[in-house]
Amino acid sequence: MTDRETDAVSDFIELEDVRKVFDVRRKKGFLRRERHEVRAVDGISFTVPRGEIVGYIGPNGAGKSTTIKMLTGILTPSGGRIRVAGIEPSRERTKLAHRIGVVFGQRTTLWWDLPLIDSYKLAHRMYRIPDARFRENLDRCVELLDLADLLAVPVRQLSLGQRMRGDIAAALLHDPEVLYLDEPTIGLDVVSKARVREFLRDLNATAGTTVLLTTHDLQDIEQLCKRVMVIDHGRLMYDGALAGLHEIGESERTLVVDLERELPPLDITGARVLRVEGPRQWLAFPATASAAPLVTEVASSYPLVDLSVREPDIEAVIAKMYADRAELG
Amino acid sequence: MRLYAAVAAGSFRRHATYRVATAAGVFTNTVFGFVLAFTFNALWDERPNLGGYDKPEALTYVWIGQALLATCGLMGGGGFAEELIERIKTGDVAVDLYRPADLQLWWLATDLGRAAFELAGRGIVPMAVGALAFDLALPGASGDLWRWPAFLGSVALGVVVGFAIWFLVSLSAFWLMDGAGVVQVAWLCGLFFSGMLLPLTVFPGALGEVARVLPWASMLQVPADVFLGKYTGWGLAKAYGFQAGWAVVLLAAGRVLQLAARRRVVVQGG
Repeated sequence: MTDRETDAVSDFIELEDVRKVFDVRRKKGFLRRERHEVRAVDGISFTVPRGEIVGYIGPNGAGKSTTIKMLTGILTPSGGRIRVAGIEPSRERTKLAHRIGVVFGQRTTLWWDLPLIDSYKLAHRMYRIPDARFRENLDRCVELLDLADLLAVPVRQLSLGQRMRGDIAAALLHDPEVLYLDEPTIGLDVVSKARVREFLRDLNATAGTTVLLTTHDLQDIEQLCKRVMVIDHGRLMYDGALAGLHEIGESERTLVVDLERELPPLDITGARVLRVEGPRQWLAFPATASAAPLVTEVASSYPLVDLSVREPDIEAVIAKMYADRAELG
Repeated sequence: MRLYAAVAAGSFRRHATYRVATAAGVFTNTVFGFVLAFTFNALWDERPNLGGYDKPEALTYVWIGQALLATCGLMGGGGFAEELIERIKTGDVAVDLYRPADLQLWWLATDLGRAAFELAGRGIVPMAVGALAFDLALPGASGDLWRWPAFLGSVALGVVVGFAIWFLVSLSAFWLMDGAGVVQVAWLCGLFFSGMLLPLTVFPGALGEVARVLPWASMLQVPADVFLGKYTGWGLAKAYGFQAGWAVVLLAAGRVLQLAARRRVVVQGG
């Protein structure tokens, strides 16, 4: 394998100091307008190797969708360098389109008034998918996403969850090497979310598809992504393992213990008591530490009846991260 | 090319699902046709041979207008422009933009599919009703049967010109927060300069001269004159040339605007 090929494998998606500045004109009285620069993406660099599932999170207006639009080539960056599979997206948009799949959760690529199958037949033509391949991919999607009964139904009659599954299938029929998902579980119920997540996990495992996932739903991240990137105000604030977010956010797990009777706050090393309510006490300890020594100590020193561990709320962790940054800024 | 054929076929089927809307359209076109036919009847009683048409020809002109009203987008963009503007406003156009397909050709295919359905679904019935109620100048003699296919060719060119105009109007939504003003101007121009209200041959002097060379003339005046046998031989070729010329110019303008829109595009709605 040459160096070049190694590079292509290790850095399937490459962003180097990418910027996108929008010129917004605001009305200032009669006929007078003020030009105003909005830095939607303000110098982002990262690479994603082939076959990884990465979560891309941040609050509304952080620049997530703008990044995805630049990755698909719809938007041209104002500065910096982007390569996806070695291709510059905005220059060779059409060529790249054959190799990527996109699902915009809040928009549909499906033909609204026609049966679902019609949209798939169109994709067959649009991406020039060989017949046998198309058949095979469609059958797989229909089976795994449970679409068999929906193929003849006009898209407008589908529920949101059904439509989303239909959209995901539409994005995968041409065997894309990378799948961009912009809020794929937005508005879905718990069952539909679980099904979508399971499908994505399976797709990544079997086809090795690289997935970049934008979401507000932190459960999506927890269940799918080993790596997460946090973006705010167009800048990358964190890039690393999910566990690392906890360290940065100094988050804590909670050990809830039920004792035989009411006791004063427990004295346990490495933990502090948050709350006492009758025989139940809440103990906080760093999310990065193990719960085992705490449990041993509580069990050996106090009359323990029952216990449970609560994981930290990542949403809170990220909120804390934003708040810290706002203070710094 | 097969992709765009599939898009056009899908668009045809899609419009065929709007059964109630089609029925309402047929009804509206028929009523509008009667109103105009009575008006023209009175007018041609006063001024026989106005604009070079005898009365059956003038009445035929009315019903051709009704058949082409939706087909060529004489009043509004026949649904496609409104839809495209809405997609630009909401940002759904992002979906259209990332497809490995050309935006203009995609929407042209969509519009051709729509127009084919409108001609069959909303054109034939009003024309037949008109023919039953009035004495029309339909090509029937074996010598002028060629006028039917000649007319269809001219209508096809008229549809493309109509599309090209509405595509330009739609793309203005990339720059204007609210494209309603442009749509209204385009609507009014379409109604007047296509010859929908009165044949353009009726207008005297400079106004008539100008109106007859504007692109909207390709959308009704020219197809109607082809149908009525006003163009033969070389004249017919020139009429086609006039329509095709406008189609090329306006499609090219749409292309330029599309490139500009792509460059400055702010895909709205996150």
